[in-house]
Amino acid sequence: MSAQPIVAHGRVLRYSFHERLVHWLAAVSYIYLMLTGLAFWSSWLFWIATVLGGATVSRELHPWAGVVFVFATLLMYGMWGKQMHETELDKEFFRAVPHYIRNEDELVPSADRFNGGQKLLFWGFFWCGILLLLSGLILWFPNLIPWNLRYLRYFAVIVHPSAALLTIGLFIIHVYIGTAMERGAFGSVIRGDVSVGWAKRYHRVWYERMARDAAGRK
Amino acid sequence: MSQAILEIRRISGHAGSVPGAGVRREFDVCKLIDTTTCIGCKACEVACLEWNGLSFSETTFDNSYQTMPETQWNYWNLIKFNEHEREDGTLQLLMRKDQCMHCEEPGCLVACPADGAIVQYVNGIVDFQQDHCIGCGYCMSGCPFNIPKFSPTARKVFKCTLCVDRVTQGLEPACIKSCPTGCLHFGTKTEMKELGEARATQLRDHSGFANAGVYDPPGVGGTHVVYVLHDATNPEAYGGLPKDPHIPWTVRLWKSPLKWLGNLAIVGGVVGVFVHYLRFGPKIAPPDEETPPQSGTLPRGSAPRQGDRP
Repeated sequence: MSAQPIVAHGRVLRYSFHERLVHWLAAVSYIYLMLTGLAFWSSWLFWIATVLGGATVSRELHPWAGVVFVFATLLMYGMWGKQMHETELDKEFFRAVPHYIRNEDELVPSADRFNGGQKLLFWGFFWCGILLLLSGLILWFPNLIPWNLRYLRYFAVIVHPSAALLTIGLFIIHVYIGTAMERGAFGSVIRGDVSVGWAKRYHRVWYERMARDAAGRK
Repeated sequence: MSQAILEIRRISGHAGSVPGAGVRREFDVCKLIDTTTCIGCKACEVACLEWNGLSFSETTFDNSYQTMPETQWNYWNLIKFNEHEREDGTLQLLMRKDQCMHCEEPGCLVACPADGAIVQYVNGIVDFQQDHCIGCGYCMSGCPFNIPKFSPTARKVFKCTLCVDRVTQGLEPACIKSCPTGCLHFGTKTEMKELGEARATQLRDHSGFANAGVYDPPGVGGTHVVYVLHDATNPEAYGGLPKDPHIPWTVRLWKSPLKWLGNLAIVGGVVGVFVHYLRFGPKIAPPDEETPPQSGTLPRGSAPRQGDRP
């Protein structure tokens, strides 16, 4: 976090430059992984690999993009791991999800820096990322797996797409909420700041702590 | 015979139908390997290298006559030597020519994501097309016989072609041509099954091999390479020939139920969020009613604004 989260003109710094950079490192590598992965997933989507420079190129670069994604995920764990622990507030948030979906936001308990849904997204990507890494390493070097350890490959071919599908589900919801649904959220991860009204509506606990801290420093 | 040989029945990673499939009269080709008359001379190994222009690889000595532990990307035909102690204490030296079995239900083709990298011809030959291969190695996980092998230099996978280039010209595969004992035969599947069964009957009735039989595993839909074994109840003794080979269940699960569930979930998810937007629209945070606390400076790139827009 920046030392001075409360900025002028009614706006609040939500994500520091470092946080935004790591987010986009993860996002760009993930989108490449998802597109090339979908090309290998279904013959009806194989054309994606053709568009991205040919399936041989995709097969060679997909694992390296995975390394970048895992690196970004570890950085995110370092930045946000502690802030992602589940609290009582999150349980209340999950109970209020029907209200959240119907945009009855005044009935949704206000969250700390991250709400329950964001924490679910984080841990979903984190644990799926570990599964994707383990199975992905096996699929990267199939020729190094001897015949008597072939069960590792059998494990990998089912775990890798299953974990990837879970992340695609999270990805669809994350992108939808972050761009189309929750106006202001996309700006927070591009320019870094949100309006005070936004901060109070969705993350009041966080905003109030920031405001207290800022007042304390004066 | 020759024109129909290159008619394709199935294509890996291919969206849509197979061009021309089922148009002509079909017939299957088949190799018959009689392990009971193999003498382990390895003429077939040499003929395979010669015909396919492969260089001779380094051999591995492991206290047996076997050239190397398993087939390699540039060594497609390997006789497996196994000393087998029978129940009565007598010793048998089992020799089995190992190569691609050309399954009727090929696990390699099912697992392959690359359009056209693996084709199955109408005559049963399963052939890798290296110009379409992307080197992912999924075929190695689909195969129950440990046959497709990855070349670290070419970064593609190779295996026995059943000498498709010879077969199209009406010739038998190179290994068959080189066999000095006549333990290798080539013809239609029906003929080879008949010949194999006749030999197995002979072994049972006249040579004291009560369990002699033909190996044509139904778990992969039958194969276009069939064996005559002295003891068909114990194929594992012949250098690990699987007793009941199947495409691994995880590969099957991945390629059919998971694929359809996953596709439905992805389409459902995209449609779901779109419909949600139509029904409920965006969330717009109200502008702040109080004066915001003033502290610090404006971050670069952020302009004072009312309300929020992405």
